Amino acid sequence: MSLLDVTDLTVGFDTEDGHVHAVKEISFSLEEGEILALCGESGCGKTVTAMAVPRLLPPHTTRLSGSIRLGGRELTTLPEPLMRQVRGSEVSVVFQEPMTSLNPSFTVGFQIAEVLRRHENLSRAAARGRAVELLELVGIPAPAQRIKEYPHQLSGGMRQRVMIAIAVACSPRVLIADEPTTALDVTIQAGVLDVFRDLRDRLGTAIILITHDLGVVADIADRAVVMYAGRAAEQAPVEELFARPRHPYTLGLMRALPAAAVAGPAGRRRLAEIPGMVPSPLTDPDGCAFHARCPRRQDDCLAARPPLVRHGPAHLAACFHPGHPGEQP
Amino acid sequence: MADQMTVPVGAVPAAGPAERRRRLWRRFRRRPMPMTGLVLVAAFLLLALVGPLVTGDPVTQDYAATLAPPSAAHPMGTDDLGRDALARIASGARISLQAGVLSTLVAMAAGIPIGLLAGFYRRWLDPLVGRLVDVTLAFPFLVFAVGLAAIIGPSLTGVVLALGFAQLPAVIRITRGEVLAIKEMDYVSAAIADGATDGHILLRYVLPNCAGPLIVQATVAIPTAIIGEATLSFLGLGVQPPTPSWGVMLTVAQQYLDVAPWLAIWPGVLIALATLGFNLLGDGLRDVLDPRSGL
Amino acid sequence: MTWFILRRCGAAVMVLLLGSVLIFLGVRALPGDPAVVMAGEDASPALVAAIREEYGLDQPLPVQYVEYLRQTLSGNLGRSTQDQLPVTTILAERLPVTLELTALAMLVAITVGVLAGIVAAVRRGRLADYVATGFGLAGLSVPPFWLGLLAILLFSVTLRWLPASGYVPFTEDPVGNLQRMVLPTLVLGMGFAAVLMRQTRSAMLSALSADYIRTARSKGLPERAVVGVHALRNSLTTVVTVLGLQLGALISGAVVTEQIFVIPGFGKLTVDAVLTRNYPVIQAVVLVTVTAYVVINLLVDIAYAFLNPRIRLSGASHG
Repeated sequence: MSLLDVTDLTVGFDTEDGHVHAVKEISFSLEEGEILALCGESGCGKTVTAMAVPRLLPPHTTRLSGSIRLGGRELTTLPEPLMRQVRGSEVSVVFQEPMTSLNPSFTVGFQIAEVLRRHENLSRAAARGRAVELLELVGIPAPAQRIKEYPHQLSGGMRQRVMIAIAVACSPRVLIADEPTTALDVTIQAGVLDVFRDLRDRLGTAIILITHDLGVVADIADRAVVMYAGRAAEQAPVEELFARPRHPYTLGLMRALPAAAVAGPAGRRRLAEIPGMVPSPLTDPDGCAFHARCPRRQDDCLAARPPLVRHGPAHLAACFHPGHPGEQP
Repeated sequence: MADQMTVPVGAVPAAGPAERRRRLWRRFRRRPMPMTGLVLVAAFLLLALVGPLVTGDPVTQDYAATLAPPSAAHPMGTDDLGRDALARIASGARISLQAGVLSTLVAMAAGIPIGLLAGFYRRWLDPLVGRLVDVTLAFPFLVFAVGLAAIIGPSLTGVVLALGFAQLPAVIRITRGEVLAIKEMDYVSAAIADGATDGHILLRYVLPNCAGPLIVQATVAIPTAIIGEATLSFLGLGVQPPTPSWGVMLTVAQQYLDVAPWLAIWPGVLIALATLGFNLLGDGLRDVLDPRSGL
Repeated sequence: MTWFILRRCGAAVMVLLLGSVLIFLGVRALPGDPAVVMAGEDASPALVAAIREEYGLDQPLPVQYVEYLRQTLSGNLGRSTQDQLPVTTILAERLPVTLELTALAMLVAITVGVLAGIVAAVRRGRLADYVATGFGLAGLSVPPFWLGLLAILLFSVTLRWLPASGYVPFTEDPVGNLQRMVLPTLVLGMGFAAVLMRQTRSAMLSALSADYIRTARSKGLPERAVVGVHALRNSLTTVVTVLGLQLGALISGAVVTEQIFVIPGFGKLTVDAVLTRNYPVIQAVVLVTVTAYVVINLLVDIAYAFLNPRIRLSGASHG
C-alpha cells in the first residue's frame, strides 16, 4: 500500500453544453517523500485529477467515480466534515495564480495563522509565532515584518512562498502544487522549486506537481504521468521517461522543449510543435485520442483504444506503435 | 455554490459570429425568466401602441357614472369624473413608453458623444467630463426633477429631461470605458499605426462595441424611467391632468381609496408588470452577454 | 491615507461650489424679477425692495453669487414666501422627521437586503435563491408609492391595524410615533432592501468564485468561515458603495413616502414648495439635499478606503 492510491479515477462535469469528460480511468500511486509530476497540455485533465484528491471540484456539477485512498482511507466517500479535517492538514494545495490566490483583505500572517488555528488549535499568539517560523522556512526575509503585510505589498514570488507556507503549515502528507512556477519570472522559478525540494527532504512531504513544462519535470520530479485528453498516455520514472519515451505524444512534448532544440544532432533545429487540435471533451471516441496528431498513426489506432501496457519495470505507455526503446527524443 | 475551478472546455472548436449568436439565443431562450420579460415587454408595447386605438377616449367624462365599480361597459371602472379607467390605462401606457424611450434617447444623444470624446481625448477633456459627472451625480434625480419643475413648470418635457439627465452619467461612463478598453486592443493599435483617423476608429470599432452594454443600460433605464414618470406625476410634478398618466391616475385613486379602491389596483399592477418585464429582460441579456456578472 | 482623505474632501468642496453655482443660476433662470421670485408672487412692493436690498439683486451676477454664498454660509437661507418664517427654522423642524424615517428604513434595508443577498449567493440556483431573487425583482419593479397605497388600503382601510397617516414626535408619544412609522419605514425600506439584496448577491457570487475562496476551502475551513470571513469581507466594499449610490434614491423615496403617509418632513416640504412656487424654500431644500449627498458620499469613499488595504496603505493615488 502506497501513501496515496488513485485507482480508475473518472471525472466529468455537467455543463450547459453537455457532459464534459475531463478525466478518464486514471490510476497512479504516490510514495512518501516522492515527487510525482502530472504533465500535459492545458485541458488534458491534470489539474482536475489532482483537485479530485482533496475534493476541491465544484460539488454540484462534478460526476466522479473510482477510488482515492490516502494511507488506506477512502477519500471519495468520506463525509464532508471529515474531509475538511483532511484538507489543509493531510492534503494541501499550492495554486497556480499567486496574484489572486491570497485574500486581498487580510494580512499574510492572518492567512497563515488561520490554517494553524483551524487544525492545530493553536492560540492566536502561538499561531502568529509559527507563521513567522513558516515564512522563514520558505525563505522569506524579515518574516516578523512580513506577516503584518497584505498580499498586494508582496511580489509574485513572495506571494507564492506565502502560499507554500500556508500549504505546509500543518505538515501535510501530500502537497499538491498546481503549476506553482508558471506565473513567475524564470529567475524566481528555480528558487520556488528549491523550496519544494527542501520541504520534501526535511519534512518527507510527498508532492504532486502539476505542470506543462517538461523542464520542470526533469529538474525536480521522481516520476511522471503524461496525460492526454483526460487519459494517461505514459507513466514512468523521470530518468526512464526521458531516456526511453514510448508514446509519440511524450516524444512530441520533448521535441517542443528548448533544450532539445539546442542539443539536437543537426546543430540548429527548430523548436518542434505538435500539429493539430485536442479532441473535444464533450465526446469520448473509441480510438486513440491522439491519432489525429500522431506521426505514427495506422488504421488500428482508430479501431480500438490502446491500453496502458508495461514496457519496463515501472514504465507504462498507451500506444499500439511504441517505437524502439532506444529512440532518442 | 460557485464554481471552484474552471471546467476545461478550451478544446471546444471556436465558433463563428453567426454560430455565437445562435448559441447566445439558445441560451437566452432556454431560460424562463428572460422569456417572461420579453413577453411582458411585448405586451406593454402592444398596449401602448395599439391599446389607445381600441379602448376609446380617455378624457370623455360621464357624470352619470362617476367612481363606478368595474362593469361590462367599464371593465376597470370609472374615476371621479366618470372617465373610463381602461381607456386611461391604455393612454397611460403610451405616456410611460414615451417617458422611457425619449429620456433614454436624450441620455444617449448627449452621453455617447461626450463619452466617446472623453475616452479619446483623455488629456484635456477627460478630467473636465469627470468633474461634470461628479456634479451630475451630486444632484439626486428627484432634486433635479424638482428644480426643473420649478423652472419650466411640471410637464412631460420636464420629466423626460430630468430622467434623461439622471442616466447621463451611466451612459458617459459606459461609452468612455468602452473607448479606453478598445483603444488597448491590438487591431485598433494596428489601425492607428496604419494611419486611421480618430473619427474612423470611433465609428468603425468603438461604437459597435458599445452597443451591447448600452442596450443593457437601456433595459435598466427604461423601467427606472417608467417608475420615475409615474412617481413625478403622482406627486404633481410631472404629467398634468387631464392627461392620463398612470401616476396621475394613482393620485386620484389615493383620494378615493376608501370608496373606490379598485382605481388603485390597475395602474400599479401595470407599472409593476412593465417594469418587471424590462428588468427580467435586462437580467437575461446581462446573463447571456456576461455569464460571470451573476446579477 | 491622510492624503487620500484630503484629496476627497477637496473634490467634495469643489462639487459643492459647482452645485451652489448651478442652484444660484437656476433661480436666476426663472422668468421675471428674482426679487419678486424670492419674495413671492403676492408680496408687497416694500418686501420686494427689502429683499432686493438684502441680496444685492441689482448688482452684477458674480457679486450676487458671492453675496448669496456669504449669506448661505452664515446660515441665512431666506424666508418662506408662504409664512415669512426663516427657512432655517422650517428646516430645523422638518429634517429630524425625515432623518428618523430614512434611518429606520436603512436599518430595515441593510438587515434584510444584505442577509438575503448572502443567503441567495450561497444557495445559488436553489429555492432560497429563487425566493430572494424574486423578492429582489419585485422590490425593483413595484413603485414604492403604489406599495404605500396598497399598504394603507390593507392595513389601515380594511384591517384598521395601523393609522394611515400623520406624525407625532417620538419624544411626545413613542408608541404612537413608532405605530405611524411602521408602514412608511417598510414601504421605503423594501425598495432598498431589494437593490441591496441584488448587489450583495452579485458581489458575493463574484467573491465566491475568486481564487482565494478556493484557497480558503483548501485550508479545510468550515463553510461559514469561507463565506462569512473570506467572501463577505471582500463584498463589503460593494455594499458600502451601493449604499452611497442609493442615497439619491433614498431621498427621492422619502419625498414620495412622506407625501403618501402625510408625514410633515423634508420631502413633503419639497413637494409643497414646488407646488406653491416657494422659491426660497426650493433653493434651500435643493442645497441641503446636494450637501447631504456629497457629504455622505465622501463618508462612503472614506469607509471604502478603510475597507480596502490597497487604498488604506498607499499614500496616494486612487481615482
